[in-house]
Amino acid sequence: MTADADVLEQQIAEWRRFVARGRAITVADVEELEGHLRDQVEALTGTGLAVDEAFLVAVKRIGSLDALSREFAREHSARLWRQLVLGGEDGDVRSSRTEPMVAVILAVAAAVAIKLPAAFGLDFAGKSGDFYARNLAFFVLPFLIGYLSWKRSLGAAGLVRRLVPLAVAAVLVNLYPFRLHGHTLYLTAIHLPIALWLVVGLGYVGLAWRGSAERMNFIRFSGELFIYYVLIALGGGVLSLFTVGMFQAIGVQAEWFIQRWLMPCGAAGAVLIGAWLVEVKQSVIENMAPVLTRIFTPLFTLVLLVFLGTMIWTGHGVDIQREVLIGFDLLLVVVLGLLLYAVSARDPFAPPGLFDTLQLILVVSALVVDGVALAAIGARISEFGFTPNRTAALGENLILLVNLGWSAWLYLRFMRGRARFVDLERWQTSYLPIYAFWALLVAILFPLVFKFV
Amino acid sequence: MMVQGMEINKDLVAASATPLVLAILAEGDSYGYAILRRVSELSGGRLEWSDGMLYPVLHRLERLGYIVGEWQKSDTGRRRKYYRITKQGKDQLAAERRQWQAVDDALRNVWSLLAAQPVLIPLSRGI
Repeated sequence: MTADADVLEQQIAEWRRFVARGRAITVADVEELEGHLRDQVEALTGTGLAVDEAFLVAVKRIGSLDALSREFAREHSARLWRQLVLGGEDGDVRSSRTEPMVAVILAVAAAVAIKLPAAFGLDFAGKSGDFYARNLAFFVLPFLIGYLSWKRSLGAAGLVRRLVPLAVAAVLVNLYPFRLHGHTLYLTAIHLPIALWLVVGLGYVGLAWRGSAERMNFIRFSGELFIYYVLIALGGGVLSLFTVGMFQAIGVQAEWFIQRWLMPCGAAGAVLIGAWLVEVKQSVIENMAPVLTRIFTPLFTLVLLVFLGTMIWTGHGVDIQREVLIGFDLLLVVVLGLLLYAVSARDPFAPPGLFDTLQLILVVSALVVDGVALAAIGARISEFGFTPNRTAALGENLILLVNLGWSAWLYLRFMRGRARFVDLERWQTSYLPIYAFWALLVAILFPLVFKFV
Repeated sequence: MMVQGMEINKDLVAASATPLVLAILAEGDSYGYAILRRVSELSGGRLEWSDGMLYPVLHRLERLGYIVGEWQKSDTGRRRKYYRITKQGKDQLAAERRQWQAVDDALRNVWSLLAAQPVLIPLSRGI
């Protein structure tokens, strides 16, 4: 009997390994299925079957693994993101060789595109600096949209439909009579790419822009692209240092090459390579982003709490300098990013834990810090009036404040068991269009309202 | 989902899965294997799902908030995921029940009409 039991354990262990290979099936799922298998084996041996026979019957009754993973994948579309189990079914998996080629070709195309204006005498420096501030997004985004459309087999019509908003924006921005180095020019330069990025989002999720799960996938995609981009940029920095250093050793100046060629071309091409890496190596980052969130959530919480404590202890108010409001906007963006990543990586069914408490403290302390700053800034604005910069920064601050405030409320309800985690996820995804709307407003309408100053 | 014995249409099995699982959980908390046993019992063995397919259904109902799953130690010391129906699940069950009742009523009516006109019943072809 013990020999039988050993054999059974062995067989079950083997079965476990096999099932765990089904990509959409998690450890908890396997455990649940294993419990089922054992119950079944027990019942069958009770009716007189030998253990090995019972095991075979039980496994057979659980069903084919392929069908099983497919069912699991359908139910858990968020896991699908990690490993595209259904990819084979749709018949749009690109062969592993063409994809890197397409990505590299598009990256090179973006790099060439960004240097192309130089052939017509338009460079980064000098008077034509204005040209790049207006048009930076248009050198990269079309290629990115092209890649994602190709990846999702959207066809020529789908591609064109996604490029139309870009073309409209390009025409508008180049017609605007911006003052050279004016405030509104820079506001547009910053906000237009953000607004257009949401158009890429449309390209990314295909036609399913409405679903909350698809939007969450888009958020993940953006965050992971950002992480890859930063990694590539760091590598590029190291490469530049070595290049300059080595050529200096033989008495040749290489800075011009780095500044004129490597940096602009690399910065453009890296977006495409980053996007490709996100698409291919999803599981790698999937592990990295939550780890980063786990490291930095406690650290940011600590800094914010100490900051608040110091402010109360010393009685120093927030000193309102020019850039302070932008600084607090960025702080809220970082906190929101940490929150979004924690949300996207979290198992929505897990009960509230210590990390959730930490997350809530982080959000609340960020809200308090921002509230203090906002009060000070509000006073300044009522004193000196609205400038485009101040209005944009204030609007962003309010938008983020509303998002985080409601998030904190939902989090609190979730911790008390009064709401589901999904509610928080849904709140974040349904908030996305508001960012797009505001970014568009600042990029397109502000220059008109503030007369291109 | 696979059906053995009398071939019950796949769509029918899939459609009946939600009310069946909810109803069984309304009887009391249960876990996967026991739910399957109960389904088989209730249908006199005619409705048999391929075992593994029950779990995605359970997870879907959990995501929708109709049921809540919780890992517990069973008497044998093994961990089992027990499912409990929620208030929302009960409401859903009531709604499903009304819908199935309506379908059932309609079918019953048409069956009895057919019975009144024996000529139309295909069985008579054999004679």
